[in-house]
Amino acid sequence: MRIGRVTGAVVSTQKHEKLHGAKLLLVQPISPDGRASGVTVLAVDAAQAGIGDKVLLVIEGRAAGQAVRRRAAPVDAAIVGVIDSVTRYERD
Amino acid sequence: MQLARVIGNVVSTHKDQSLVGQKLLVLQPVSPLRKEIGHPVVAVDSVGAGVGEEVFFVRGREATFPFLPDQVITDANVVGIVDQWSYQPETQEP
Repeated sequence: MRIGRVTGAVVSTQKHEKLHGAKLLLVQPISPDGRASGVTVLAVDAAQAGIGDKVLLVIEGRAAGQAVRRRAAPVDAAIVGVIDSVTRYERD
Repeated sequence: MQLARVIGNVVSTHKDQSLVGQKLLVLQPVSPLRKEIGHPVVAVDSVGAGVGEEVFFVRGREATFPFLPDQVITDANVVGIVDQWSYQPETQEP
């Protein structure tokens, strides 16, 4: 999983039937200290996240598809949690 | 998934049997600010998208799912046409 920041929402009327009803959010992956790292992804929201939230992001694999609770959904990124805080212990 | 703009299509007569009848689109991945990201990719289409439209597509193994139980050999699949999006970055894009 990665840490990300929700930066936007996408509206799409015409989409694959297994995505009907799914909330689609733009997520900027970030490092633990909050800096952007990597390109923005579009993820299905399974955690009632909102814009500005720091979230747990699953990228690729079966886990992402399970976020919409449908078998074999064509989903490769999903928000599975809203993060309260991240603590990073620096190496000596 | 990733946002992209459809910038073309591909015609291929001689191809894998599983791709026969599939529309092949050339996509340019874009950022939420419509900046081009990375290289264009060729994707199959499962929503009826056309050139110039903004879409989102899925990569990897999941790209084969929209046609199940048919097995279509692809690693990119357009699964939605975008009407609009909102974007309120708190963090800068790299």
